[in-house]
Amino acid sequence: MKPEMKLIFEKSREGRTGYQVPDTGVESVDPRAHLGRWFREDIAGFPELSEPEVVRHFVNLSKLNYSIDEGMYPLGSCTMKYNPKINETTAAMDGFAGVHPYWPERQIQGALRLMRDLEHLLCEITGLAAFSLQPAAGAHGELTGMLMVTAHNKSRGEKRDVVLIPDSAHGTNPSSAHICGLKVQQIASNTRGRLDLESLRAHISPSVAALMITNPNTLGLFEDEIAKIAGMLHEAGAQLYMDGANMNALLGKVRPGDLGVDVLHLNLHKTFSTPHGGGGPGAGPVGAAKHLERFRPVPVIEEHDGQLRFASNRPDSVGKVKGFYGNFGMLVRAYTYILSLGASGLREIAEAAVLNANYVRAKLSDRYHLPYSCLNMHEVILSDKKQMVHGVTTLNIAKRLMDYGFHPPTIYFPLIVSGAMMIEPTESEPLDEIDRFIAAMRAIADEAETNPDIVKNAPHSTTVQKLDEARAARTPILRWKP
Amino acid sequence: MTYPENYRYTKEHEWIALEGDVGTIGITDFAQRELGDIILVDLPKAGAHLDEHQTMGTVESVKAVSEIYSPITGDVIEVNDSLASAPEKVNQDPHGAAWFVKVKVSNPAAADALMTADQYADYIQQKAGS
Repeated sequence: MKPEMKLIFEKSREGRTGYQVPDTGVESVDPRAHLGRWFREDIAGFPELSEPEVVRHFVNLSKLNYSIDEGMYPLGSCTMKYNPKINETTAAMDGFAGVHPYWPERQIQGALRLMRDLEHLLCEITGLAAFSLQPAAGAHGELTGMLMVTAHNKSRGEKRDVVLIPDSAHGTNPSSAHICGLKVQQIASNTRGRLDLESLRAHISPSVAALMITNPNTLGLFEDEIAKIAGMLHEAGAQLYMDGANMNALLGKVRPGDLGVDVLHLNLHKTFSTPHGGGGPGAGPVGAAKHLERFRPVPVIEEHDGQLRFASNRPDSVGKVKGFYGNFGMLVRAYTYILSLGASGLREIAEAAVLNANYVRAKLSDRYHLPYSCLNMHEVILSDKKQMVHGVTTLNIAKRLMDYGFHPPTIYFPLIVSGAMMIEPTESEPLDEIDRFIAAMRAIADEAETNPDIVKNAPHSTTVQKLDEARAARTPILRWKP
Repeated sequence: MTYPENYRYTKEHEWIALEGDVGTIGITDFAQRELGDIILVDLPKAGAHLDEHQTMGTVESVKAVSEIYSPITGDVIEVNDSLASAPEKVNQDPHGAAWFVKVKVSNPAAADALMTADQYADYIQQKAGS
């Protein structure tokens, strides 16, 4: 049955309600007499419905959704992995869910201890000296990290206003650097899909504040010359920033701090299994090497005589970056995830993430073009080159995957690959589900040859069929009007 | 699609047509095909100074936002305002009606360093093959 697609406002019927207020015996008051000119004549379009109508409306809407709890979500670069339910159990505990940030510190020692311990765990995992748990998202972490780099340069009396960013970096990196008031210069990739050292050498100058590298990069490849890159930057007095969004490929195997990384952010909603996308909010803790530690945002957690407290008297700090102390509920979930897996479990995460992505690559390499045909890390890039011969594009393939019951992968990114499909199965998918995905991709490759129209006109089985994305973007209707 | 003989082309897929010291700038047919349906064109204002190889605006398609680089140094004297309400023109007529800006060029001879139509056709052929 095709679900009802009306907005809740369209379903509204005047006078309909879902509740009855019992007679309290208290004399009613005329609000107009008390509010005077502030009395509102019209209620601003609130929908009027009965309780079952409201329940059905939202339950039916929720059925149009697709989530990681339903099936594989191979959205490359976004790491849409399963969120273990034990995370929700701990986050809902009264001592965590019921605390308020205005409570005195002595009454929330448990919450502070969790934050302090999580900082230590992240330091151990990344090989960095100190963490701030405050940034509310990956890009917020990037901004905070670059503010720390800028503060560091200022403290040394150096004016460095250029940030180098590889063309295979996450798209938020240039934006974060720009918001920080820095100028972005792009560094080309070499034929191996890694940062080109010659191009880097040509761009290094006394104005360079930092290089922002994503490792593994958005081609799903490990920047294997990162130690050399760090050396080149440090020699020139510049910092190495690492976008740690893809850290699930490295857990327990490589510590960025050991490779010369000075500052990095992690995405708790990617690597550490806290909810992602609509299920957020996010958390993008920033880690720093010893020499950048004092620039961390305030407040930081300090320990005196076994008592933890927030300290804000830090003259070198970049200041406050978030209300209160970060998205605390996410910190509880990430902490739970790390403790429930332990060191060996985290190492297996990296192994499974890399194995799964390579399995997808190996099983599809005869049907799809591989722009970089080598061992990859946690994600693999395919292109539509073989299907273009039949007029079938990456967009068509992505839409057709929905007919097979999968969320489409990230498409047309990274920008340096024409018609890119960026597939990240993640470590949480069982072999059977990955095989089902591979079978769907192979079936679509067959269809592209034998029946290209079925792919070009996809999706066929979804509630809403092929959307006119160009018209929606050119003339968006953002508001319903009666 | 053929590439007009009297235009010059950049590696970033812009074209420039010179008449005296006035240059008309747009993006190539190859660029619009790679980008897909274009939904927004953000251009500099009349009077703005452009530097060769520097960003002069952005083109947004359903796939991505891409920067437009000025093929030459000069000052903007006219902007194609019609693209604001009809960005699809860039898909329909990239070498004609969908020109972006007209520029008073500081040194018209600098355009000689850009690719000719034949050179550009070879260049995109190579790109497609890689």
